[in-house]
Amino acid sequence: MMFNNFLIMLQNRWPEIMIGTWEHIQLTLVALFIGNLIALPLGILLTRKRKLAEAVIGITSVFQTIPSLALLGFMIPFFGIGFGPAIVALSIYALLPILRNTYTGILGVNQAVVDAGTGMGMTSRQVLFMIEIPLALPIIMAGIRTATVMVIGVATLAALVGAGGLGDIIFRGIAMARQDLILAGAIPAALLSMIFDYILKRIEIAVQP
Amino acid sequence: MIIFKNVSKIYNDDFHAVDTIDLHIKEGEFIALIGPSGSGKSTTMKMINRLIEATSGTILIHGQDIGDQDPVLLRRNIGYVIQHIGLLPHMTIGKNIALVPKLKKWDKARCDKRVDELLEMVGLPAKEYKNRFPAELSGGQQQRVGVIRALAGDPPIVLMDEPFSALDPISREQLQDELLNLQTKIRKTIVFVTHDIDEAIKLADRIGIMQDGKLIQFDTPEQILRHPVNEFVRTFFGADRMNQLESLPTIEEVMIRPISSFPKRGLAESLTKMRKYKIDSLLIIDKSETFLGVAGVGEIQKNFSNENMVLEDVMNKEVPTVRLSQQLDEAINLISENQVAFLPVLDESHKLKGLITRASLVDVMANQLRSNNNGVAPVGGEGS
Repeated sequence: MMFNNFLIMLQNRWPEIMIGTWEHIQLTLVALFIGNLIALPLGILLTRKRKLAEAVIGITSVFQTIPSLALLGFMIPFFGIGFGPAIVALSIYALLPILRNTYTGILGVNQAVVDAGTGMGMTSRQVLFMIEIPLALPIIMAGIRTATVMVIGVATLAALVGAGGLGDIIFRGIAMARQDLILAGAIPAALLSMIFDYILKRIEIAVQP
Repeated sequence: MIIFKNVSKIYNDDFHAVDTIDLHIKEGEFIALIGPSGSGKSTTMKMINRLIEATSGTILIHGQDIGDQDPVLLRRNIGYVIQHIGLLPHMTIGKNIALVPKLKKWDKARCDKRVDELLEMVGLPAKEYKNRFPAELSGGQQQRVGVIRALAGDPPIVLMDEPFSALDPISREQLQDELLNLQTKIRKTIVFVTHDIDEAIKLADRIGIMQDGKLIQFDTPEQILRHPVNEFVRTFFGADRMNQLESLPTIEEVMIRPISSFPKRGLAESLTKMRKYKIDSLLIIDKSETFLGVAGVGEIQKNFSNENMVLEDVMNKEVPTVRLSQQLDEAINLISENQVAFLPVLDESHKLKGLITRASLVDVMANQLRSNNNGVAPVGGEGS
């Protein structure tokens, strides 16, 4: 009976759920794209300027410690509400795992192999692309995976700054005290997280040297 | 070929890793750099391909200052083998070997041919090994690949940084033998860093001994063993190796009592004396035993008819002699260099003290060998 009701609700709300899911995916992908765009080169750069590494990684860690809701809240005075500020906050969230894994991944590459490459006459760019990145790829991928799952989770809160997504449906359900509505938002969010994680896990295995 | 002129490497904290080194390495020569850790041997080697930049001084390769060259291009013409092998784990053996040829933009056919050729050279059939990954090979096989990878671009110079030290003793021995073999074919200029003295003696044409950033001695293994420049070299090379040389008897132990005569004695009398002692030469001394020369039986016979002649007139004054204070090996060298049967032994004031003959040498050496065999077996190639 109750399950039937749930199905009817799903049917009625289906377009809404689809829009929420789509917005959610957009938030996640854009935030991850920006996060990667900043964290990957920065991580690589830090392996070349190790004195900076501690400071930079320290700062990103500080961002990470800010509760996600508070971070979104901080965005409002600066960027207002909507999709944009949410993306900024989510990107900041994605930074640390990617940055840290890129940095430690590349540093963790067997120094002997790097020495051999340099000694054989590879340019530092060749060492990076032919040795360091391929060998660090599993660790870098693990960082991206962590960031993805995290961003999908935090993105549900983005509804609070008017960015839409599945959080919209969940919060409406909470406000109306309707469990079926909460689930209509929560289940797709959970599925999304699992699917992304699975895909990235496959990629991670595929790039294993 | 490779020339170091006053080369130093000084780090910020005023630490002289390498201290004003002069080194001249000839083409096709196998050089070992040896010394305790922190002596600067690795640093010295790495300055050749500019993995470490010299603080001062110049290094010339083929007469050209390497400081003026692009380090990347320089390195592509210098093979490099490291201790930890450093094969790229995500590439096949074939790709690992072809790395430098690819960097040098050889075409694919030439790369492939070179890979096959090199693999066969170290006894790894190309068909079987080319497409394997480094992790599938044993340590010894991996370092064989490491060595041929360094040769792949056909560089005139190969640097080796303790290449065999991480291997088990049996593989190490094998790879040393193979490297020696290989070197007779390829005649590269090799600079080989090691802390294993036996390895250095076995492989190198010349050994450079380093201590605290200084090149203490640079010579053939033979010369270093025989004439260590100081106590450090002596102890570094180990008492055992040195003692074998020191246990060489002294000249005094080897020499026999000479049959001598005086310059004014007649020829007939002398011949009688020689016949009596069954000798072919007389050593001529004056009253104070100062050595004057040698009279041979041939000369005496030739002038025998001249009754007025005395030994003084037939003696040869230009004969090689040896001092009592010299080493026996020097005496042996003198004998073989001058093709003489004997050497008079003199003291500082030129007095005749004794005589070394080929026969007396053989006697002593035979005794020496016998006693060595009773104790420790002599190591080949080092003693005499």
